[in-house]
Amino acid sequence: MTTHPSRLQRYLPMVALAVIILLTGAALRVEAPPSRLSDFGFFAGPPAEQRAAPGTIPYRLNTPLFSDNAVKLRFLRLPVGAAVAYNDSSVFDFPVGTALVKTFAFPHDARHPEKGRRLIETRILLREADGWKALPYVWDEAQSDAFLDVAGDLREVSYTDELGRRRKHAYQIPNLNQCKGCHNRAEQMTPIGPSSRQLSGPLTTTSGQSQLEDWARAGILTGLPNRDHLPAALVWNDPTTGPLEQRARLWLDINCAHCHQPQGPASTSGLFLGMAETDPLHLGIGKTPVASGRGSGSLRHDIVPGDPSASILLHRMASTDPGVMMPELGRTQPDPQALALIREWIAEMKPLR
Amino acid sequence: MNRWALSCIILLATQAVAQPDFRRQLQTKLILATDGDTIRIPEGQYTIDATLSMEGKNGIVLSGSGMDKTILQFQGQQTGAEGIRITNGRQITIQDLTVRNAKGDAIKTMNLQDVHFLRVRTDWSGKPSPKNGAYGLYPVNCKGVRIEGCEARGASDAGIYVGQSRDIVVSHCRAFENVAGIEIENSVNAIVHHNEAFRNTGGILVFDLPDLPVKKGGQCRVYENRIYDNNLANFAPKGNIVGTVPQGTGILLLAANHVDVSGNEIRDNRTLGVCIASYYITEKRIRDSIYYPYPTAINIHDNTFSRQRVRATRRGRMGLLFRFKLRFGRKVPDILYDGILDKTITGSDGRYLPEHRICIRNNRNARLASLDAGNDFRSITTDPSLFDCSLEIHTATPTGHQP
Repeated sequence: MTTHPSRLQRYLPMVALAVIILLTGAALRVEAPPSRLSDFGFFAGPPAEQRAAPGTIPYRLNTPLFSDNAVKLRFLRLPVGAAVAYNDSSVFDFPVGTALVKTFAFPHDARHPEKGRRLIETRILLREADGWKALPYVWDEAQSDAFLDVAGDLREVSYTDELGRRRKHAYQIPNLNQCKGCHNRAEQMTPIGPSSRQLSGPLTTTSGQSQLEDWARAGILTGLPNRDHLPAALVWNDPTTGPLEQRARLWLDINCAHCHQPQGPASTSGLFLGMAETDPLHLGIGKTPVASGRGSGSLRHDIVPGDPSASILLHRMASTDPGVMMPELGRTQPDPQALALIREWIAEMKPLR
Repeated sequence: MNRWALSCIILLATQAVAQPDFRRQLQTKLILATDGDTIRIPEGQYTIDATLSMEGKNGIVLSGSGMDKTILQFQGQQTGAEGIRITNGRQITIQDLTVRNAKGDAIKTMNLQDVHFLRVRTDWSGKPSPKNGAYGLYPVNCKGVRIEGCEARGASDAGIYVGQSRDIVVSHCRAFENVAGIEIENSVNAIVHHNEAFRNTGGILVFDLPDLPVKKGGQCRVYENRIYDNNLANFAPKGNIVGTVPQGTGILLLAANHVDVSGNEIRDNRTLGVCIASYYITEKRIRDSIYYPYPTAINIHDNTFSRQRVRATRRGRMGLLFRFKLRFGRKVPDILYDGILDKTITGSDGRYLPEHRICIRNNRNARLASLDAGNDFRSITTDPSLFDCSLEIHTATPTGHQP
C-alpha cells in the first residue's frame, strides 16, 4: 500500500523556502546610502568643521599613506555598545556596523593650520554583513557638505606647503572602483590603516598615552596587552621613534603593501613590501622586474643594496608619469621626505656579493 | 537592482546632465553595471584622461562599434597606469574598439575567469618608442582567456601578453611593431594559432621567468601562425627581460616546458627562426630557488622556414655572440638551441631521457644548431639526428563563454 502526501505536505517545503527567501531578502536589503555626508551624523555643528559628534572617535595613524600633501582627518564610529578586539599583526576586525571616515583636506598654509583649509573629499568605509563597502563623498565649493559621487574626478588644489612654497597641482579623487585598487585583500574590500602598530601613538602630541589605551578605557577595545607589549609607535620621519630600517619598512608597508603583498592587486609582480615579509628577493633586493615596462627606467633591479639610484623602487617613487609612478593611485606629486628615507635605507644596505 | 544602486543612478544622471563628460559617464556605467549588462560605446573618437576601470562584475560585454570606429584615445592621460583595467569577475567580453596611446598598459585584466577579447585593437601612434606602454592586451592571473581577431601595435614590451594565466587561446590576431608580438609567460595550457606576427623584435615568445608567484608554465601549442620579418631593433626600456630578445627573432622558447611548435610559416627573421634557450642565456642571476631554468619537452615539427642570406643581428649580447663566437656569417641556422642541459634528467648517453627531449623533425628547409653554450660553445653541433624524435604535447581546449 502506498500513501499519498496531502497537497499541503507536498508544497510545504516550497512554501517554507519561499518564506525564508523573502525573510532573508528583507534582512539583507541594503539601505540606500545617504547622498549627503552630513546625513550620517558623524559630525557636530557644521560638517566642514569636522568636529566629532558623540560616539564618533577621531584617530590618527603613526605613519600614514602619502596623498599629495593632503591632510587627513580620521574618525571611527562603532555601533552603540560594540567593541573591537585587539590583535598585534593585522588591521582590527571591526564589527558589522562600523564606519571608518577619512576626510582629505588642504590647509591654505601648512605652516599655519589656523589660517583655514579646503576640504576636498571624505571617504567612508562601512562594515556591512557581507563585508566592507566604500562610499566616496566630494565636498562642494561652498564647503557646506560633501555629496556621494562614484565617478571620481580631478580637482586643482593650491596651497603653501610646509617649506613655505606655493603649490598648485591636480588632485585625483578616485572613483568607486579605484577604492578597491588599494583596499583589497584577496579581492575582498578591506581597511588598511587601523592596526595596533599604526594606533600605538597618541592622538595629539600633547596627549601622553597611546590611542589604544584611550580606546580600551572608553570600552571600545578589548584584549589590550599591558603597555610594555604594545608595538613601538614608529613615525616614519621621526628618527627618535625607531631605527631607520623599521621606519622605512613601515613606510613601505602603509604606502605600498596594500597592493604589493601576496593577496593584493600587485601579487603578480612578486614584489611584496609588507612589514612581515622576510624574503629579501620578494622585498625587491636583487629582484629583476617582470612586467614593469618603461617603469623600470632602464634599471635592472628593484633594490640594489648600497646603490639607491640604481634601484627601480626609488625611481618609481620619484616619478610623476602615470605609466611609471608608484603608487599608481592617490599621488600626482613626489614626496621628497619619503624619497630621502628610502634612499638612505637602500644606501645603508650591505651590497650583495 | 537594489535601492543603493538606484539612488546612485538617479544622483549621477542629474550630475551627468550638469557635467557632460564622456569619461565620467562611461566610468559611471562601468561602476553601476549589473551582471549581464552590455555597455555600448558608439562610433567616435573619445579623448580620455584617466583609467577606465571595472571591478567585481560578471557577464559584462563592453562593446564598441568596430575597431576602426570606436577609438578611445588616451593621449594626455593624467592618472592611472592603464587605459582600461578590469579586475575580479567572470565572463567579461571586450570587443570592437581601439585603445590608443595609453600611458601604461592599454587593457589590463586581472583575476578574471573567462575573459574574451574580440576584435580589439591596442596601439601607440608614431614610431615604436620606449616611451610607449608596456603591454597592449594584458590578461594576467586569469583563467580562461580568449583573444581573437585582435590587433596590437607599438607596445614597448609585448603587444599581446598573457601572464600567469591558464586555459588560453590566442588566434587570428595581428601583432606588429612591438618588441614582442605575442608572449605567453608563466602560463599553462595555451594555444596560439593562425596569428600573424611581423615586424616585431621577436614574433612569438613562450617564457617561464623566475621571481613570480606562478612559477611554472607549460602545455603550450603554437601552430599555423605566420611569423615573418621580425627584425625591428629592440626598443624595450632596459631592465626588462624582453629587452634581451635579439632583433630578428621568430619564435623564442625561454625556459619553457612541454611546448609544441608546428605548421608555422617562419620567414625572414634574420637572427633566430626558432630559438630554444635556458634562462642562463639572459646572463641574469637566478635567486629564485624554486625556479626551473631549462627548456624541456619541446616538439618542433612540420614548420616551413625560409630566410634571405643575411647576417644575424650585430646588436646586443647576441650580436657579439654571432660575430665572435658562432661565426655563421650569412648562413644563420633556422633553429638554435643553447644546449645547456639539466644534468639530473640525462640518460647514460648524455642526452635527455625521452620524455624531456628537444625534438625537431620534419620541418621544411630548416637547418639547426645546438650551441653547447654551457661549455663555452666548444662542441657546436648541427647534426639533426640528435634531435630526431617526437613528443605528444597535450593541451585542452578551453571552454570559454561565447559573446
